[in-house]
Amino acid sequence: MTDQQHIYLDYAATCPVDPAVLQHMLPFFTEHFGNAASRTHAFGWEAEEAVSRARAQVAAVIGADAKEIAFTSGATEANNLALKGVAEFLKDKGNHVITVVTEHKAILDTGKHLERNGAEVTYLSVGSDGLVSMQALADAIRPETVLVSVMFANNETGVVQPIAEIGALCRSKGIMFHTDAVQAYGKVPIDVNEMNIDLMSISAHKIYGPKGVGALYVRRRRPRVRIAPQIHGGGHERGNRSGTLNVPGIVGFGAAAELAKTSMAQEAARTLELREHLRTRLEAEIPDTIVNGSLEQRLPGTLNVSFAYVEGESLLMGLKGIAVSSGSACTSASLEPSYVLKAMGLDDELAHSSLRISVGRFTTRAELDSVADRIRDQVERLRAMSPLWEMVQEGIDLKSIEWAHH
Amino acid sequence: MAYSEKVIDHYENPRNVGSLDKSAEDVGTGVVGAPACGDVMKLQIKVKDGVITDAKFKTYGCGSAIASSSLVTEWVKGMKIDDASEIKNHQIAEHLALPPVKIHCSVLAEDAIKAAIENFRSKAEGGDEG
Repeated sequence: MTDQQHIYLDYAATCPVDPAVLQHMLPFFTEHFGNAASRTHAFGWEAEEAVSRARAQVAAVIGADAKEIAFTSGATEANNLALKGVAEFLKDKGNHVITVVTEHKAILDTGKHLERNGAEVTYLSVGSDGLVSMQALADAIRPETVLVSVMFANNETGVVQPIAEIGALCRSKGIMFHTDAVQAYGKVPIDVNEMNIDLMSISAHKIYGPKGVGALYVRRRRPRVRIAPQIHGGGHERGNRSGTLNVPGIVGFGAAAELAKTSMAQEAARTLELREHLRTRLEAEIPDTIVNGSLEQRLPGTLNVSFAYVEGESLLMGLKGIAVSSGSACTSASLEPSYVLKAMGLDDELAHSSLRISVGRFTTRAELDSVADRIRDQVERLRAMSPLWEMVQEGIDLKSIEWAHH
Repeated sequence: MAYSEKVIDHYENPRNVGSLDKSAEDVGTGVVGAPACGDVMKLQIKVKDGVITDAKFKTYGCGSAIASSSLVTEWVKGMKIDDASEIKNHQIAEHLALPPVKIHCSVLAEDAIKAAIENFRSKAEGGDEG
């Protein structure tokens, strides 16, 4: 799929496993197959040692201690564990949780679950730049607030929230602070101590590791964070998450984390340059191109852009062989466009017209030039058959029309 | 999503893209859908002696919406307007092999041709009275 006909620009969705990472993993499927919980023989010790090394590698990226990493099946599980685990453990202290409308569904759906179980959840709105307001957060805090969960960087837009400020505010109020850092981990500098982060969800497959492995960082000191486990059965991972450890996956996560740490500065600079090359070309060559969300507070590799008067799915269809995401949900049973873009105040029409393009380790400038050409040509072609484009060229204000919603 | 060959053909080679003079007496225009829903179809017919002699469309929407409207313009050319008003969405959906989540595209195309015919008829009636 990586031949000339196929260009992968959806690194925010997932990444290929780096070949170097795979090499580290392979022996743990066959010769080193032991159960990390087996204390009575060398097979188990070997597996346990490999997991310990990976734990330290994963922790080092965020300035954490290895003991603070609890491996999970992925970030969805980590998000579930953080929210349910804190809410359950602190239910006698308070029942109020604060999060944000643009969070990943793993947070929003878990929030709904907490509400069904008697908790109160406040969903903060965001500005047109995608950022939460510190004032709105401060105003939402109540005496019974036990947890604030704000994602580090948004999966659809790449917009990076003011995590250090949020951490400082939460710490000053004695409230637990969780961040879903799936998109940011290994891409931008993170220090759990400087940023006062108490819990953090991360995932291996966004950093060129394998799918099916993630982790929850759980602070052990100043303050010690305690959570109620959600999966029971043996007390693995310091009682936070039972279940036999996925040793090959964890070894891959560790190797990917180390690779991300050593190459972060260089990779960030390179992906930013690539993304900016694409962005400036699109903006220069296609009229009515709108970049969604803050350009400054953003991950280096992610771009979310709308081409007004062209529907996203039809544009994707014209970009055959190019893997990108659309903010238009016309592909699903619902006709609702991206809730993230709508929360930023984007018109439905512009939300339906959006593409998420995310570059990564194996992206080349030549690929992006080819993609920019294709997008430009397809937008031109589709606008020539767009009644909305025609109306706008005739000077009609689309908002003045009473559309028959169906 | 896998598209049928017919959808891809209409998407890549749409028939009858364009506009007719919407103020002309012999032209009926139907605009259906809404930008907020992700699809808007404009379908126009030119009628002479009760027969559709030309049809044009412009569509903002997914590939299935573009294909549905393109197909309808192809079908209605040469049809009597009474027959064109009998076109049903399931015929469009079947011809294009639309999956269930795309049936609304064919509904929209049926609505568009009906709206265009209605617009033409209201003009004709207005003309008779005036």
